[in-house]
Amino acid sequence: MPSRIPPLAITAFTATSALGRGRDAHLRALRERRGGLRANDFTETPLPCAIGRVDGIESVELPAHLRDLDSRNHRLAWLGLHADGFLDVARGAVARHGADRVALLAATSTSSIGATEAAYRALDDGRFPAALAQPELHTLHSLGLFLDRLVGARGPCMTVSTACSSSAKIFAQGERLIRLGLADAVILAGVDSLCGSVLFGFNALELVSPQACRPFDAQRDGISIGEAAGFALLERDGDARAPRLLGHGESSDAHHMSTPHPQGLGARLAIDAALARAGLGAHEVDYINLHGTATAKNDEVEAAVVADVFPATTRASSTKGFTGHTLGAAGILEAAIALLALDAQFVPGTLNTTTPDAACGPQLALGNEDRALRVALSNSFGFGGNNCVLVFGRGEA
Amino acid sequence: MSALALRIAGIGAWSPRHGAWPQWRAALRGETADAIDAPRPPATVLPQAERRRAPSTVLLACEAAAQACAMSSLDAANLPCVFACKHGEVAISDDMFATLAADPRALSPTRFHNSVHNAPVGYWTLATQCHAASNALSAWRDTFAAALFEAAALAVADATPVLFAAYDAAASGPLANVMEANNTFALAFVLDPVSSGAGPHLRLRHVADVASASADALALLRVLARADFANAKSATLSFPAGDGRRLDIEVSA
Repeated sequence: MPSRIPPLAITAFTATSALGRGRDAHLRALRERRGGLRANDFTETPLPCAIGRVDGIESVELPAHLRDLDSRNHRLAWLGLHADGFLDVARGAVARHGADRVALLAATSTSSIGATEAAYRALDDGRFPAALAQPELHTLHSLGLFLDRLVGARGPCMTVSTACSSSAKIFAQGERLIRLGLADAVILAGVDSLCGSVLFGFNALELVSPQACRPFDAQRDGISIGEAAGFALLERDGDARAPRLLGHGESSDAHHMSTPHPQGLGARLAIDAALARAGLGAHEVDYINLHGTATAKNDEVEAAVVADVFPATTRASSTKGFTGHTLGAAGILEAAIALLALDAQFVPGTLNTTTPDAACGPQLALGNEDRALRVALSNSFGFGGNNCVLVFGRGEA
Repeated sequence: MSALALRIAGIGAWSPRHGAWPQWRAALRGETADAIDAPRPPATVLPQAERRRAPSTVLLACEAAAQACAMSSLDAANLPCVFACKHGEVAISDDMFATLAADPRALSPTRFHNSVHNAPVGYWTLATQCHAASNALSAWRDTFAAALFEAAALAVADATPVLFAAYDAAASGPLANVMEANNTFALAFVLDPVSSGAGPHLRLRHVADVASASADALALLRVLARADFANAKSATLSFPAGDGRRLDIEVSA
């Protein structure tokens, strides 16, 4: 079992999703139980499902020096970077610590795939049209390259792409860089955007619900796909009021590429490792933001693990009924929601769910609850059996 | 910035011209004259049915990774893995994008599934029953240096040997043209976070400067194959590691 790690300060964080732009928009929507899912109005070929679409992406105009990297994903990144003034905060960290002491870790599953899809719709004699022919737009690292131009950090820079756990894993990577003295600050970014590949891909896997997803409901019938951009700044020290990253745990199911381990072995290993690094017991966890995708299998396994590992006093919910499953951005979006819950001292409920699955324990919160919260977990369990669990602590009041 | 010190406990590699690391190493040492023709990595670590269906990147990654683990004598089931690929599974993606442009509802679930960046590391953990952390990275042209640095950082931070694999598969089609996906190769190391014991040893240092950074994975393999440090005790290679950065890797016996 891993040993305890020193906590790191999360000196800034923000999120942009179907719930709106920035922390206040998210907190308000969660408090008012106002979901962001709508009927699919994104794909030209009809696909009856609900999507978590971010408004205003289409009207974003990127500045001239970024226009060669124009894509839906980067426009969403642009919107997200300007929420809560995060871009200024990130640049401030670069100025304060020195560019070589700041790392930039990006996470995405889609990257700018929307632009690649557009290029294939506009092939000219088998070649990409000139406006879409730059290779930087079609690599997974496109998001990292785009942010690198804006932020100006000169520490390590890379893009993680492990499907639905991507933007949770960058918290673990960032923590290691700071612990080893390889960086003094780490800018974390997770951005995933709606595109044909994921909508029709998950549809082909028969995992998409025809209606808004209902996590942990006995009648649940699949996911709703959403898009989001989330950012966070990790630093060794910070204002005592800043929340803390207390622990992280990563594991692999080694069971099946797209179905979780039936006893949740990988999930348990990740939870155990995360709590060990945080130096906490399961009884000290006040809130869990669950992976809770609303697929039959994920929720059945995750519900059983939570019911087995945590006491009844731990509260747990999935917020995917609000935002949809934002895939590569889900880890950081839901980390942000867990941090908002700690800050506002409330448990956001599980939207769209009326009758919990029989596997659910007493931990599942359907409605919102005002509660004293000190420690929150965020679960991310992805394709390929790739798991990551994060532990957050509340900053001093 | 401080350096990361590691011992290479196992090496694996594959190229269509040289086959596995022992043959490739002999060619790099000038011990064999001619290249061989080995179009498909055997990847016997995968169950036979998987091996038949697996896309190129999965075969490449699993072949090199299995060689490196075998040389290290460590149990793959316990090794956290960091896999990295510059282009992703371009051949499958090309087919997927063509289908999406023509008839999106005809997209094959298997194609979609195999296009996901962490498919190779997922198949690897399944085949080896590895429950440790697994990662899939990209940093475009600088993927090799960025991912090797992450693998080294993970090994040192958690005081555990780590499996690192980097691979790319050549492809054709509109996307492959843009991505310049014309090289097929795989390389894997088992990295042990110790500075003593049998070598080779690596010291990695991330530097915020680009001066004379042009090394690539093949240059590192060449140094490892020859283990010839020209009367000096070590050789240092500088890899580009993103705009305004490089990764210096000192190799010693």
